[in-house]
This record gives sequence, C-alpha cells and structure tokens, in this order.
Amino acid sequence: MAACSCRNNLFARLVYESFRRQKRRKLLAGSAIALGVTVATAMIAVATGVGDKISRELRTIGANILITPQEDTLDLEAGGVNLKPPSDGAFLRESDLPLIKSIFWHHNVLGFAPMLPASATVQTAQGPRPVPVLGTYFAHPYSYGKEALSTGVRTTNPWWKVEGAWPDDGSQDVLLGQKLAAELHLEPGESVTLSGNAHKVSGILFTGAAEDGEVVAPIALAQGLLGRPGAVRRVFVSALTKPEDAFARVDPKTLPQGPIYDRWYCSPYPQSIAYQLQQAIPNSHAEPIRQVSQNEGVILSRVEGLLFLITIAALLASALAVSAAMATTMFERRAEVGLMKALGAANYSVASVFFAETALLCLLSGIVGFIAGTVLAHQIGWRIFGSNIELQPVLLPVVLLLAGLVTLAGSAAAIRRAVRLDPVFALRNTG
Amino acid sequence: MSTSSLTPISERRASGHHVSMFLRMIFRAAVLRRGRALSALIAVCVAAAVSTTLLMLQFDAQAKLQREFRNYGANIIITGQDGTSLPADATVRVDSALAGRGVWAPFAFVIARTLSGQAIVVVGTDFVRVREIDQFWSVSAWPETRPCPQLPCPMLALVGVRAKQAFPAHDQPLELTFQGRTIQVAAAGTVQTGGPEDSRIYISLPDFMAWSGISTSTIEIAATGSTAEINNSLVALARTFPDAEVQPVRRILEGQARVLYRTRSTMLAAAILVAITAALCVLSTLMGWLFDRRRDFAIMKAIGASDRLLNNFFMAESAALGIAGALPGFVIGLGTAAWISSANFHSALTPRLSVLPIVLCGSVAVTLLAALLPVWRLHRLQPAAILRGE
Repeated sequence: MAACSCRNNLFARLVYESFRRQKRRKLLAGSAIALGVTVATAMIAVATGVGDKISRELRTIGANILITPQEDTLDLEAGGVNLKPPSDGAFLRESDLPLIKSIFWHHNVLGFAPMLPASATVQTAQGPRPVPVLGTYFAHPYSYGKEALSTGVRTTNPWWKVEGAWPDDGSQDVLLGQKLAAELHLEPGESVTLSGNAHKVSGILFTGAAEDGEVVAPIALAQGLLGRPGAVRRVFVSALTKPEDAFARVDPKTLPQGPIYDRWYCSPYPQSIAYQLQQAIPNSHAEPIRQVSQNEGVILSRVEGLLFLITIAALLASALAVSAAMATTMFERRAEVGLMKALGAANYSVASVFFAETALLCLLSGIVGFIAGTVLAHQIGWRIFGSNIELQPVLLPVVLLLAGLVTLAGSAAAIRRAVRLDPVFALRNTG
Repeated sequence: MSTSSLTPISERRASGHHVSMFLRMIFRAAVLRRGRALSALIAVCVAAAVSTTLLMLQFDAQAKLQREFRNYGANIIITGQDGTSLPADATVRVDSALAGRGVWAPFAFVIARTLSGQAIVVVGTDFVRVREIDQFWSVSAWPETRPCPQLPCPMLALVGVRAKQAFPAHDQPLELTFQGRTIQVAAAGTVQTGGPEDSRIYISLPDFMAWSGISTSTIEIAATGSTAEINNSLVALARTFPDAEVQPVRRILEGQARVLYRTRSTMLAAAILVAITAALCVLSTLMGWLFDRRRDFAIMKAIGASDRLLNNFFMAESAALGIAGALPGFVIGLGTAAWISSANFHSALTPRLSVLPIVLCGSVAVTLLAALLPVWRLHRLQPAAILRGE
C-alpha cells in the first residue's frame, strides 16, 4: 500500500518536474499543439457555418418562394412589364400574412414582401397619364404571438437602392422609380399628385427592373387606389433552405403518412417550406421560384463541398504539424529515458510517464487552442461575412479528442524508439 | 608513404574538389540518417502539396463558381425603347459585342386572346438558345424548332404549367388570335419555373414573326466572367445599342459579386491558416533533423570548419530539401486539386503552371527560415561539450 502510494507520488513528481524544469521545451511543443488545435477549430467552425452564411448571401438575389391566390388568372407579364389589369384576378388577405410565421420552419423565413399593383393618374408635361403604382411593405412592423417582427422589401430585395429616404409604412409617402422621376423632373422631398392626392416623394428608387418606371408606395396607399382594402396580389418570401435533391422534388401527396413524409416535411427544402406556407395561408398557392431556389442549392452545395475538402486538408496539415513537433520533442529527450532506464525503470513505466506528460500537455494546449480557434472563427465570421460564426460547444470534446489522438500518435513512435534504446547509447547520445 | 605520393592527392583536393566534397557531405547527410531526412522531406512535400492544392483551387474555384452563376439565367437585358422591336441585325451586334463571353436568347411578346376571350402572353423565341441560357426551367419536352409550312397549322409550343389550363381537353390545339390573325398551337411540352413563364406560351421565333409580324424586342444575355468582365460586356453592349435600353439584372450581379467575394476570402483565410500550419510542420521536423546531427557539426567544427562553411552547408542543405520536397509536392497538390475539382464541381481543373514558382519559392523560404534557429544555435556550439555528450 505504502509502496504503491510512493510510486504514485514519484510518478506525479516526475511529470510535475518535467513541466517545471523544461519550460522552453514544453512551451514549444504546447505551442505546436495549440496552433494545430486553433487551425482545426477555426476551420471546422468555418466549414460548418459557411453553409448558413453563403445561404444568407444568396438570399440577396431575391425571394425564393412566391405565394399567389389559388384561383388566380394568368399573369400578363411581357418584357418585364406587368400588363394585367390591377383589379383583375383574385387576391390574398393582408391579415393572413403573419401566419407565414406559424409554419414549422418559421425561423428560416428571413422576410416576406407582399405586392399589390395598382394604377394612378399623374400630371405630366404632356397632360395626365396613368402610371403603375406598386404597393408593398418597406420595413413593416408586425407581430405573431409574442414576437414583434419587421419585414418588407428592405429585407427581401436588398439590391433596391434609394436616393433619399425609405418611406414609412404607415405614411402616405412614396418612392419614384428613377425613370419616372426623370420624366416627371421630381427630386426627393418634392411632392407628386396621384389621382388628385399629393404625396411626398421620400426617395428615388433604383432597381434595374420594371420598378424603375413605377411609383412604389406603402401597401395601404395602393389598396386605397384600387379600392380593395386589405388585399394583396402576391407575396414574395425569402427563406433559408437546404439544397434540393431528388427527395425534395417528391410530391408530398404521394408519400405515405409516417416517417418518410415527416422527413420530407421537416427538411427545409424550398418545396416543403412552400407546402407549409400554402397550408398556413388560406386559399393560397405557394411555389419555389426555380431561378433562385434551384441555383441557390447548387451553389451552396459547391461552396460547402469545397470548404469541407479544404477543412480536411487543414486538419491533415495540423495533424502532421502536431505529430512532427511531438516526435521531435520526444527525440530530444532520449538522455532522460536512458537515465530512467539506467536507474532501473521498466519500459512501460518510462512510456507511461511520457504518455501522461503528453496527455496533460495536449489537454492544456488543446483548451488554449480551442479558445484561440473560437476567437479566430469569430474574426473570420465578422471580417468576411459581417456576422458571427457560431461554435457548437460539442466541438470542444471532439477537438480535444482529435488533438489527443494525433498527439499520442505523433509521440508513440518516438517514445517506442526511445524506450527500446540501450541506456548506454542514450546516455552517450549516440543512438 | 612518401611525400611525393601524397602530393597529387592534396593537389587534387586543393584544385577544385571543394564543390564535390560539399555535395558529398549533403548527400551523405541525407543517406546516413535517411529516416529523419525522409520525414523532413515528407514534411516539405506535404506543405507544398497542401499549398499547391489551395492555390490551384483559389484560382479554379472562382472560375467554376462564375460558371455556376450563369445558371441563374440572364444578367443583362436589352429591350427596345418603349417596347419597340430591336434592329434586324441586333443578334449579330450582340455576338460581336460579347466576343464569346456569354450566351443570349431573343424574345418577342404579344398578348393574344383565346376563343373564350382570355388574354394570354405568347412569346416567340429560339428554343436552342433558351435551353442554354435558362437552365433552371423545368421542361417536360422541348418543341422541335421547325417552321410551319403554311398557316394555320398547329404550331408546336412550350406551354407554361398555368397557361396549360387554357388548353382544351384531350391535347386538342388551342386557337389564339392577335390583331385578327389566328393560329392553332399544340402543346409539345410544359415549362415550370414558379415565375411569369408559367403563364406564357412559347413558340419558335420564325413562326411567331410569320403570325404576328412582330420581331425581337428583348434579348436576354448571360454574360460570363468576373464582375469586372461582366461590366465590360455591359459597357460594350450599351455602346453597340445606343437606341435601346441595356440593363444589368442587378439582383443577380450583386448576389454573384457578394458570394464570390465571400468564398474567395474564406478560401484565402483557409490557405493562410494551412500554410502557417504546414510551415510549422516543416520547421519542427527540420529542427529535429538538425538537432539530431549536432555531433556531426561538432566534429566539423573541431577539425577546422569555419562558421561560414557551416552556414553555407546548412543553407544549401535546407534549400535542396525545399526544392526536393516542393517538386513532388506540386505534383501531388495538382492531383489533389484536380480530384477536388472533379468531385465538387464535376469538371476538370485548369492547371496553372504559374503556381509552381510560388510553391517552389515558398518551400525554399520556409526551409531556409526553419534553418535559421539551428544555425544561430550552431554558432554557439562548443565542439568539445557536444563531443563529450553534454
């Protein structure tokens, strides 16, 4: 009992003294492990978070789901201009729109913007003429349950640029498309008369599309012009989705109720989110906009795949660096091994001291590396994407385990060589 | 042994065998401790391979992603002023302005009426070109682009999934009227996009012109290249069509620029991190190798080698290791980049030989840097202490 306690004490002292007396060597080896863990942590965090970040960047291309009335007439859009009479066809109810946030994937819905085309008469130099008016949300506040939210084209159409100020959704102010503003010779702050009522032009809108020739107004104003309070023609929804695959394109009505249907329903495919939106909004039809949703999935999978493969390369490089550093450290300590063996230590005793030292070093450096890696991942997130890269806490034991395995593997060969060496050669440093 | 018999050897040694001795020392150092030398070589090789892979992908992935963005469809649209038709030679002008940096498709629009009086958009286009530019369209079957021998015969049309509801039952042709002229169209297939295309009927442009008398009013262009190259194409097109509206599709161009910038920056950050780690790997391995040979250097110093000779020896050895590791590393890195490109983008990598000098210089620089600390320690080396085993 006493001999056992003595042996444990000696073991602990050997490890402790090794750290106390060989600070420089331990610092070098520890730095190598910490750097390796830093790189591994940062790259794993970036690789796992990049999908979400790139997905958000791709959302700047525009909405990926369109909700229309179920019994709508055909669109009459030719050359980017909608020629459908504003009063023609069916409408959605504006009061139903907060239900968008009631779906299973509500957290993935980044925003939505309802659209209501209308028409008004404006006075030009050539006399009165009709101009298209588009009613929408800019940054409209709304609530669902206890959540207070805001949505509109400022979220869904980030490529819309305004010279001047965005109108308030509760106001009667309007934006003039740049072509229309040039034709009417109007500047921000001036007023425009629409069907007899004066409205302040809060800004000039640049979209590079049909809106450049339109008046864009708060939806209530368009509803008033159309004489349809609470009506909405269509809703563009911007949602974070996962890349489409063959399973995503399956018609949910053909799936048997059960785990397969649940898997489809509970995957954030554009199709399943559209399906849920259609269920949530009465008398609606929701469909992914293929131009956006399909290509988004392809680009997302390409970028994710690329970063995943690069992360593997980074992990390999880190593992090699840590292994090489540990092997070098162990090699330099052959004389110690020789001394221990000359004093009668068994091979396994010597090896266990070194393995214990390595494990302790790995644990301490691994924690330092993980913290540094977290900071590095945050820096990459803010500098490149302008937002934080979330690090899952579960990553800490995974990274420490990986670092431990790599460090022990790197040291194992050198420890084995050292303990096999004849103490005489080791002490003479001629091994 | 007489002095005369030794003279030729010493003369030979003195007259120019320094170089061969120098090379022999380097060679023997590698052969005698081949295990350590091999691990140092592998470390340099791995570092060079990883750097080559990342540099190759840095260039190649951008080009590949730019190509993926082309699948979003048009990023430039040319329309006639106030909806009028474009000049007859518009397509020739587009070809000359683009100079192969993109694809395009012509479109002409009318609003026709069915027998029941329902308004419907009919579009004339070139199906071959549309297939190329609008790859996101989900099409059940494309119509054959053959001209109609005489009117009115059912023209084969590509019908939007919503417009299909206007067609009579049992695949009967639909009668459409525009300005008193009537045609019959038969659905060859349907198109679904989730956009305005779903409400349209597409027929071939020659058929459309023969029927409506209206020619191309819109040309959609998917220009390829970087954001700067696309802007150049835009400027060239605006100069070619002074009387038409040449508009960039800003949402796609801006989205493309943002995603490419973010991806490039992330890859660059990864490349820097991996390069630092790989350099550390080389550094520790090389230092271990040199530490292992300190007795050799002690002997060299003891028999009169100058510090300068040792420095040169060390540096030459490190540089040789850098070159010897970089060359196979470049080949391995090239292979890895080609595999990643093929696995991720399903297309071949375009190798860039300009990466080779970067990798070669980088490897030599890292190995020389790794040699600096041992060289510094070497200067402080006391041969007697080392040889005594202290």
